[in-house]
Amino acid sequence: MKIKKTEIIDTFAEAFEMCGARVIITADTKQWARAAAASMTGFATSVIRCKLEAAVESEIPESDTPDGRPGISVLLFTMSSKTIAGQLIDRIGQCVMTCPTTACYNGLESDRSVSVGGKLRFFGDGYQISKLIDGIRLWRIPVMSGEFLIDDQFGIQPAVGGGNLIIFGSTRGIALRASIAATHAMREVGGVFLPFPQGVVRSGSKVGAKYKGMIASTNDAYCPTLRSISDNSVVPENVEAIYEIVIDGLSEEVVKEAMRRGIQAAAEKGATMISAGNYGGELGKYKFHLNELV
Amino acid sequence: MSTAHLKLHTKPEVPLEADVLNTAKLAGLSQSGIEHLSVMHGNEKASLGDFFKVTGKGNSEIRLEGDLSNIKMIGAGMSDGKIVVEGDVGMHLGIGMSGGEIVVEGDAGDWVGPEMSGGRIIIKKNAGHMVGAAYRGHTTGITGGEIFVHGDAKNEIGSGMRRGFIAIGGNAGDFTGVNMLAGTIVVLGELGIRTGAGMRRGTIASLEDAPMLPSFEYACTYRPLFLRFYLRKLQENGFKRKIQDKHLNGIYKRYSGDGIELNRGEVLLFSK
Repeated sequence: MKIKKTEIIDTFAEAFEMCGARVIITADTKQWARAAAASMTGFATSVIRCKLEAAVESEIPESDTPDGRPGISVLLFTMSSKTIAGQLIDRIGQCVMTCPTTACYNGLESDRSVSVGGKLRFFGDGYQISKLIDGIRLWRIPVMSGEFLIDDQFGIQPAVGGGNLIIFGSTRGIALRASIAATHAMREVGGVFLPFPQGVVRSGSKVGAKYKGMIASTNDAYCPTLRSISDNSVVPENVEAIYEIVIDGLSEEVVKEAMRRGIQAAAEKGATMISAGNYGGELGKYKFHLNELV
Repeated sequence: MSTAHLKLHTKPEVPLEADVLNTAKLAGLSQSGIEHLSVMHGNEKASLGDFFKVTGKGNSEIRLEGDLSNIKMIGAGMSDGKIVVEGDVGMHLGIGMSGGEIVVEGDAGDWVGPEMSGGRIIIKKNAGHMVGAAYRGHTTGITGGEIFVHGDAKNEIGSGMRRGFIAIGGNAGDFTGVNMLAGTIVVLGELGIRTGAGMRRGTIASLEDAPMLPSFEYACTYRPLFLRFYLRKLQENGFKRKIQDKHLNGIYKRYSGDGIELNRGEVLLFSK
């Protein structure tokens, strides 16, 4: 199948069930909200080594935030509901509570929730104050410039992680431009985030390695420099660079929609070929066939 | 869905105890059934029909019309539904209620919502003493719910309050939040004297400056972000005129007290 001159490989992206949360950070200014969000989503590209995947979902205007200040929505996913509370507590405690003027609210209505403010309150050392407003408990934790305000409970829900596109280009510039265009198109979809730097991955990985103890290693099949020596190489002769985009989302539908938009955008920018990564369908709960998406 | 409509035709000469005026007690009753409900007129038994003309039948909403300032305990123990009073009401409105809503278009007497645990009471004009208070001899006042008085309220608002939210659109009398255990009281007008006397925890906020007891100590002037949630909620509930952007974004003086008690309560007074 082709879109313009871009070949869409007849394959599928294999994605996994994860556990997701949405955090709303507000501050006196956009800059402080961004600073907290950047800090909170640092080292959160892949569960393989970071234990969670997280990124900014969108900026929120003052009129739509809980306290009427500029806000940022952040999505955070872990592999299990057992680990998400700890990650939220650590990251909000170390990256948001520490950031001047911020407050932190739950952004996900869900039947299931985990205690976050209810644990961080202990930082208040007995001086914390709780307020119950319209059934939602907030904690006021005294800090050196006033108070840090945080919701007691944060909603969690099943989510989808590991949706992906692999974008081939005849030059590195073309591959990168196509990838960036795809990320911009994908970010228009609510409930989706791209956990890697600017949404683009250059060091895609395969499972395992020749070295003991390595759970993942370079995906030699997609490395142009190994075309002549790797038995697994899938790099065509007219391709000089390949990038991957990993897509996580709060539902199967939003990941599909983001992938569909990403494929269109990358094709418009002249990608040579678009493929996707999978494990033969053995490991992941979700399979997103590229040809069905477009 | 029909509404039970009760119009006062005979004003009681002495206080009428009408705790039957409650959505649960009227539920499913016919017009005649409602008229035959017993009430105490002073120390004599009487029927609702002796004082009210009833139309409609009992359901989740009751509308009361007339000067009910001598009628006590309306909405006592209410757990759901709605009562609307087109007029004034007497004492002990919504005593011990746990849910539902009572709206009074006029004034209310003393003891609005004493020891309530949930639901909402709205007084469109003024209220008497002891709004949301604990009864004498009890240590705990309201343990939940909301009381919104758009006008003034007299002494001992929120006495012994443990949880919930009380808002006064006008001025408050003396001893607001006396012996308060927790919860939030917001007064958009002026506070009287001895605010927060004996309070252990909880918040009393006012948009005006106020005299403080010597057992309250000034802590700082800061922006209490949480207060925005209460003020915005009040704006959404008809208190818009008095709450301006400067109150949402402004700074407040924080006093801690009461020093003769746990000293974990706070009084927040708008500064600028």
